[in-house]
This record gives sequence, structure tokens and C-alpha cells, in this order.
Amino acid sequence: MTGFSKQWPLWEVFIRGQHGLSHRHVGSLHAVDAESAMKNARDVYTRRNEGVSIWVVEAAQITASSPSDKGPLYEPSESKVYRHPTFFEIPEEVGAM
Amino acid sequence: MSHALFETLLRLGDNTLILGHRVGEWCGIAPVLEEDIALANMALDLIGQTQMWLALAAEIEGKGRSADDLAMLRDAWDFRNVLLVEQPNGDFGQTLMRQFLFDQFHLLQLQALTDSSDQRIAAIAAKAVKEVTYHLERSSDTVIALGDGTSESNSRMQTALNKLWPYAGEMFVTDPIDLESVEAGIIPDPSTLRDAYMDAAEKVFKLAHLAPPEGNFAHSGGKTGFRHSEHLGHLLTQMQWMQRAYPGAQW
Amino acid sequence: MYAQMVKSEATKEDPAMLAAFQARIDAGEKIEPKDWMPEGYRKTLIRQIGQHAHSEIVGQLPEGNWISRAPTLERKAILLAKVQDEAGHGLYLYCAAETLGVSRDELTEMLLDGRMKYSSIFNYPTLTWADMGAVGWLVDGAAIMNQVPLQRTSFGPYARAMVRICKEESFHQRQGFDIMMKMANGTPAQKRMAQDALNRFWYPSLMMFGPSDKDSVHSSQSMAWKIKMNTNDELRQKFVDLTAPQAEFLGLSIPDEKLEWNEDKGGYDFSEPDWNEFYDVIQGNGPCNTDRIEARKAAWNDNAWVRDGMLAHAEKKRIQKEAAQ
Ligand SMILES: [Fe+2]
Ligand SMILES: [Fe+2]
Ligand SMILES: [Fe+2]
Repeated sequence: MTGFSKQWPLWEVFIRGQHGLSHRHVGSLHAVDAESAMKNARDVYTRRNEGVSIWVVEAAQITASSPSDKGPLYEPSESKVYRHPTFFEIPEEVGAM
Repeated sequence: MSHALFETLLRLGDNTLILGHRVGEWCGIAPVLEEDIALANMALDLIGQTQMWLALAAEIEGKGRSADDLAMLRDAWDFRNVLLVEQPNGDFGQTLMRQFLFDQFHLLQLQALTDSSDQRIAAIAAKAVKEVTYHLERSSDTVIALGDGTSESNSRMQTALNKLWPYAGEMFVTDPIDLESVEAGIIPDPSTLRDAYMDAAEKVFKLAHLAPPEGNFAHSGGKTGFRHSEHLGHLLTQMQWMQRAYPGAQW
Repeated sequence: MYAQMVKSEATKEDPAMLAAFQARIDAGEKIEPKDWMPEGYRKTLIRQIGQHAHSEIVGQLPEGNWISRAPTLERKAILLAKVQDEAGHGLYLYCAAETLGVSRDELTEMLLDGRMKYSSIFNYPTLTWADMGAVGWLVDGAAIMNQVPLQRTSFGPYARAMVRICKEESFHQRQGFDIMMKMANGTPAQKRMAQDALNRFWYPSLMMFGPSDKDSVHSSQSMAWKIKMNTNDELRQKFVDLTAPQAEFLGLSIPDEKLEWNEDKGGYDFSEPDWNEFYDVIQGNGPCNTDRIEARKAAWNDNAWVRDGMLAHAEKKRIQKEAAQ
């Protein structure tokens, strides 16, 4: 590919939700450094108000950790309610959606 | 209704509307997925702010129009956004430079608006100021990174700054509409935001190894609506297409 | 669905290892990146997850096509949030694939030079606003059929990405159906637009599940590995069974004269899509193949300077920091 020398490093993202649970692995992303990894984590992994505290760790720095196997917590978003399926009233006759 | 208040709200709401529309044009084609998502978040914040500003404008106007009516059914001459925000996206560098130049102004403006004598305006500003603080953090960091990065990214950012800097001055021009709102304690006098803006921008440009072009020339005509750029009309042909083609339909 | 006709790799490892691996899968255990796995399992997963990720990203384009023309501010925000979610899905899936030892950039290059595919559905154009409704309702609806069971897939990172994706998907289908409801109950022009969108997207949506695979060897290996959870025909039937009454509710007609409830099988009878068209599309001759890949290439190549510039800046900062210490 044109001139693209090197891929941005991979980071693992951990988020603590609002219920006082400990930080939990929610996924990964690419970023050039820790500061931008933090920003990207905010943009990618808290779009639905999922968390109040974020940790980012460069994947290369992790030694044999086993990622958690539960899905992230979701909290209702305050202003972007349309992201939630219940925003759309689907008549009962239509069935499950 | 107060004419000045209505115009003031249009200026606020049209800036966020037009910029939000422009930023939304990046969805699906940004340099990396992380940036794609971040730009969409920014556009969503701006559209959300637009809904609040224009809803209040419509309420003040009292003619039964809605925020959507204002967005979708005015022609170019009735728009009150600054010329800066209607400039095309250009390359990613131009988009982020435009964003930085606006965000820095926007943040100073919103910070002052949180003390507005109009409680409704203060409340909208209080919500928006949090979002825009983050926008500025992101756009200034990106301008610095690309200005400092490679010789190519530096020269692209310098080109972007040369092109867009002449559109920055319009944000600080105070006109009679502004003065009326300033006297009522509703908005800050735009000209008083200039010094803080220049200080902040200078710091960013220094870290980015960029220099604004010489001279104080500033384009104008956007916020008064007297003379928009040709770009606005094309933007409106897309944005307003559905409402124009199918008048009165509900979507 | 987003991964069509994924060829599964034959595997030649030690039979005892293979049997132990299969036993883990049969017991419902998750396979994690550091666990031993057959080479065929790894390769098939890369192909499938990669294709799925590419579909999310290319899938941004047909809907992104209408963000600038959404009819109201709220619809604009909803559509933008929806298409943004698809970027997120691509991101989660590329990350899942990366745990298998292939980088996102490598996968991207394989997409751009045609070595990897994406779902046929995204090679169809979005021509009216009703297409935003039809895509959400039918395309996301079809994707969900396949993605919900994949939450239980054997590969941990893939299953976890799917959990996250499925939570976001149901908003997608609902916003699409909501658009269709508004239009189906709207003016004659809106209703006509909604019917037209259904006419154009019905068969391409059925094609999303891929051709009948009951006799395919690849399919049975993938099913044994729990990479593929249902046959294409099962999912297609389920999709039609759920969707037909929804169309009826909307007062729209599915463009299939043979569509009829079959009491004996407890499902609808329906016409197969035109599989020649399907093969044309996956061989590059769909209405939008060229445009889609050109758009992705432009996004990637024209912005290489941005990725390089940001990285160069971070490296300069790091060197400065180290020098200061
Ligand atoms: Fe998706
Ligand atoms: Fe999708
Ligand atoms: Fe989706």
C-alpha cells in the first residue's frame, strides 16, 4: 500500500461501569500512543454511556492474560436514546424484533 | 419575539448544523476506523446541539415553525453560520484544521454562554460545553500531531491553515445584532474572545510547526447572511432534498 | 449474512490432538487465542471473521450515501449513529481476527486487492430514503439471524465481538422498520417508495444467506467446529417466516407470487432468488462492486499520509521522552 510503513499499535481497553464493578476488558483498538488510545477508547467503547473510567494497555505489554468472557455492561445513554431499540415503538402484532 | 434573540440563536444553531453536516460526510471513508467513529461522535454532538438551538429559535420566533423547518426549509440567504463551517471538507487535514479553528472559538463562546442571562441558553451551553471541550482536545491534538508528523503531513496542514485562516476572523466581528444581545447579557461580545483565541491558537500552531499567513484579512458575510460562499447552496441541495421534494410528508 | 461461502480448510494434524480439540468444542468450551487449534480452524476463522469485518465496513457505504440527505435532524442523527455502529462492528471483528495472528492492515489489503470478499448485499445501490428503511429492516434483520447464534461460536474473541454487536444490532433493525412504518402509513408517494425499496431488496436479502449448503463438506466441518451454527437454508427459512408477517403488517407486498404459508412444514414456501445474479455479484459484476472498492481504496490510500503522520509524531514524542529520562 502507498507509503504506509507501519501499523498503529494495538491496545486493550478496560472499562469500569457505573455500578462500582472493577474494570473489565471490553475490546481492543489501534492508536499511535497511550493518549490517543485513551481518546479512541472513549469514542469507540463508551458510545452508549457504558463507563466512567477507562484503562488502556498496549497489547504487547500484556503477559499471558486471559480476557474476560462476559459482554460489557450497557447503561442507557442520556442524550442518544435512539441507539436503544426501545426508542422505536414496534406494534405488538409485528412480533419479536 | 425579539428579532436579535432569534438571529442570535440562528447563528448558534446554524454553525453547529452546517459543521455537523460536513463532519458527517466523513462517515465510512475516514483514515482509520477509530477516526471514523470519533468524527461521527463529533457530528452527532453537533447535530444534537443544533436540535436544541433551533428548537429554541423556533420557539422564540413563535410562528409555529420547528427546528426541522428551520434546518430544511430556509434558503441560503437565511442561514447565519460563519463561512468557515460551510467550507468543504477537503482532505482530512483541512477538515481537522477547520474543526480546530471552530472548536477553539466554540469553546470560548460556550463557556461564556453558560453565564447567559437567558436561562434556556445557559442550560444548552452547559450541556454543549462538555462535548466541545472534548472536540477541541481531539482536534488540537490532531492538528499538532499532523503538523509535527512527517514533512508531507506538515505541508498539508500548512496548506490547510493558509486556506482556512482567512475565515477565522469572521467569528470575532461584533455587529449590531450581537450588540443588542450583548447588552441584554445574553451572549458575550464576540470581539472580546479574540485575545484568548489567538493565545490558544498560537500555542497549538507552535507545537504543530505551523504559521498562519501574514495579515489580518478576514472574509465575512456568513453570520449576517449577506453573502455566503457558493458551497452552502450545494450543501443545502443535499440536506434539504427530501423536505423540498416531498413537502409536508412525515418521516 | 455477512460471511458467505466461506471455504473451510482441511486439517492434517495429529488425530489425537484433533479429537481432543473437537471434544472441547463439543463440551461447549471456548477456544482462546493462545490455545492449541488446528491450522484449518485458524485459517477458516480468519477468512470468516475477516469477511464479516469487511462487510461491516463496506456496508457503511450504501447507508452513508444517505446521511447528508436524511429528511429530518433526528433521522440524520439516527442514521449517522447506525452507520457509526457498523464501523464499530468492523473494528471489533478486525480485533477478533487479529488475535489469530493476522493484522487489520493485512486484512484491509486483501480486501482492496480482491483476495477477500464482503457480503454480496452491499453491492446494491441505495436509491431513495426508503432504502434506509429496507436496509435496516431486511439487511440488518438477515444479519441478526446469523449473528445471534454466533454469540455461541466456539472461538472466544469472535463470540465476544458478536455479543457486543448483537446488542447494537437490534436498534438497527428497529430504526429501519420504523422508517418503513412511517412511509407505509404516509403519502401515496411514500408508500410507493417503500414498496419499491422492498421490491429491490427482497431477493438480494435472501441471497445474503448464501446458496443452499446442505451437501457442502466445508459447511459440515465449520458446523462441527461451531464456527457456523446453522445451515444457510435454515436461516433463510427463519428469516422469511419472521419477515413475511412484518411486510403484511406494513401493507407492503413481498415480490414473490409463490410466497405462501405451508401448514405442514410450519413455515412459508417461497421462491429462490436468482442464483446466477448472486454469482455475478460475487464475481464483481454487481451494480456497485466497482464503486464500493474504489471508495474503500480512496479512503485507505488517500489517507495514508494521516496514519503515517500521526505515527511519526508519536514516535518523535516517545524519543523525546526517553531522551529526557
Ligand atoms: Fe453490523
Ligand atoms: Fe449491518
Ligand atoms: Fe447493523
